[in-house]
Amino acid sequence: MESVARSQSAAGPGASASNEKTLIYRQSRWTRLTHWLWAISLFFMLLSGLQIFNARPQLYIGKQSGFEYNNTIFAIGAENTNTGPRGYTEIFGKRFDTTGVLGWSGPAGQETSRAFPSWATIPSYYDLGTARVVHFFFAWILTTTLIVWLVASTVNGHLRRDLAPRLDDLKRLPQDIIDHAKLKFHHTREYNTLQKMAYGGVLFVLLPLMIITGLAMSPSMNSVLPFLNDLLGGRQTARTIHFTVMVLLVAFFVVHILMILAAGPINELRSIITGWYRTDPPAHDDKTAERSV
Amino acid sequence: MAKFEISRRKFLTGAGLGASGIMLSGCDAFDSQLSIGGGLRSFLENANGLTYRAQRLLAGRDALAPEFSEADIRQPQRPNGVTAPDDDVYKGLLANNFADWRLEVSGLVEKPLSLSREQLQNMPSRTQITRHDCVEGWSCIAKWTGTPLSLVLDQAVVKPQARYVMFHCLDTIDRSLSGDIKYYGTIDLIDARHPQTILAYGLNGKPLPVENGAPLRVRVERQLGYKMPKYLYKIELVDGFATVGGGRGGYWEDNGYDWYGGI
Repeated sequence: MESVARSQSAAGPGASASNEKTLIYRQSRWTRLTHWLWAISLFFMLLSGLQIFNARPQLYIGKQSGFEYNNTIFAIGAENTNTGPRGYTEIFGKRFDTTGVLGWSGPAGQETSRAFPSWATIPSYYDLGTARVVHFFFAWILTTTLIVWLVASTVNGHLRRDLAPRLDDLKRLPQDIIDHAKLKFHHTREYNTLQKMAYGGVLFVLLPLMIITGLAMSPSMNSVLPFLNDLLGGRQTARTIHFTVMVLLVAFFVVHILMILAAGPINELRSIITGWYRTDPPAHDDKTAERSV
Repeated sequence: MAKFEISRRKFLTGAGLGASGIMLSGCDAFDSQLSIGGGLRSFLENANGLTYRAQRLLAGRDALAPEFSEADIRQPQRPNGVTAPDDDVYKGLLANNFADWRLEVSGLVEKPLSLSREQLQNMPSRTQITRHDCVEGWSCIAKWTGTPLSLVLDQAVVKPQARYVMFHCLDTIDRSLSGDIKYYGTIDLIDARHPQTILAYGLNGKPLPVENGAPLRVRVERQLGYKMPKYLYKIELVDGFATVGGGRGGYWEDNGYDWYGGI
């Protein structure tokens, strides 16, 4: 089935000369399957991870947490004020009032002191043990999916064809940024430069860094890879990086959804579910169409 | 790890967690499925076994946890959990500076032991500067001195059918309708015989303070803090732990924590 589809897609740009718009086979079954496995596992890892963070809602730099000295760079907490308890978030010593969301939250009259609110955690009640069970289960799914994707994408050419940056991509970058800023989207077989950077950044930088910093927090893995924490700046720095990468992944998710909405959600969703994608008429995009052959 | 039965204690824990859940709105669709013994949770817990096997495969028997320098000791060891046991037996022993305290070694051993503090401290010792990682996320570096557990096991001569070392503690960590719950825990014989696994009586060059587990606590440097019981008085060699406590191998394990605290 896949080979048939691919031969159709190869005819895509040529056929588009006669058709107004063309359906091409853009996403292989491996890309689609791994995309949704990541979506599911990242969802559960985020919500269980926020629950785990609630057990110690502070981030430090270095080998250990400072109790008799201060190496805290981020904290979420609650404090009593004249007007009642308030939630706060502190970043590099600068304090922000985040009552209702971070530090102090809950239904009216039943607010409690917790870093991330119950609607943002799995389970919703405070339970570190359960959150860890969920987190580590999906850590295995996430990591396995990344390895499967890497192997499949190397074999089926997805890496070389769609993700590997070329000199053209660099030349096209300024125009690409302008196009994105104007929300002017080109629907082509190829990813544009910013897409390559975003997807490549997530798959080759953020997810591996997430896995590595996760392993660096394991005392057992510290005995296998003792240099890892030194490389990362210490166990607590690894934990801080783990959290920061989470923030970057959430930012990627938000932009990813906004781009899909702006570029045409039906077409984008179809391509990541069925693989088939409707491209622009060639008149709009002559050069890209030629390049994509 | 091991099979367990729904006990009254588990029921109470689940009920308590459930009650607190009712107060909270929102994303709680999974909550009921995730309580201890729940179908989905039991399925997800399979990953814990996978993690244990993968880490054992990679770390083997003797790979050492990182050790640090004196300069890395920048603060006292942060105590956690019970820091001042109010148990009568413990307070009695403390009042006498633990002169009457004994470490029992029993269960599946050829020669059960009853060691005084002096006997224990006269055995060869090991001093190590290691990082204590709490399951909550914090870490603290300190210097620990104690008797390698393997030496005590050798002296007691472990029977071949023994699979786990069970640590019994003097402190009450929790109370239930049927009485006090004392802290306990188990590790396998691989970690028990690991060169850095010691029965610690010294901390940062001084006798182990009460808040950190005096007179004796366990250090298992390749696992998280909850695997290192304080206020130790008995070591029991067992072939399983299904019938003890909640059946999951330790106080925190009975409350949903992973038995293998390697991550």
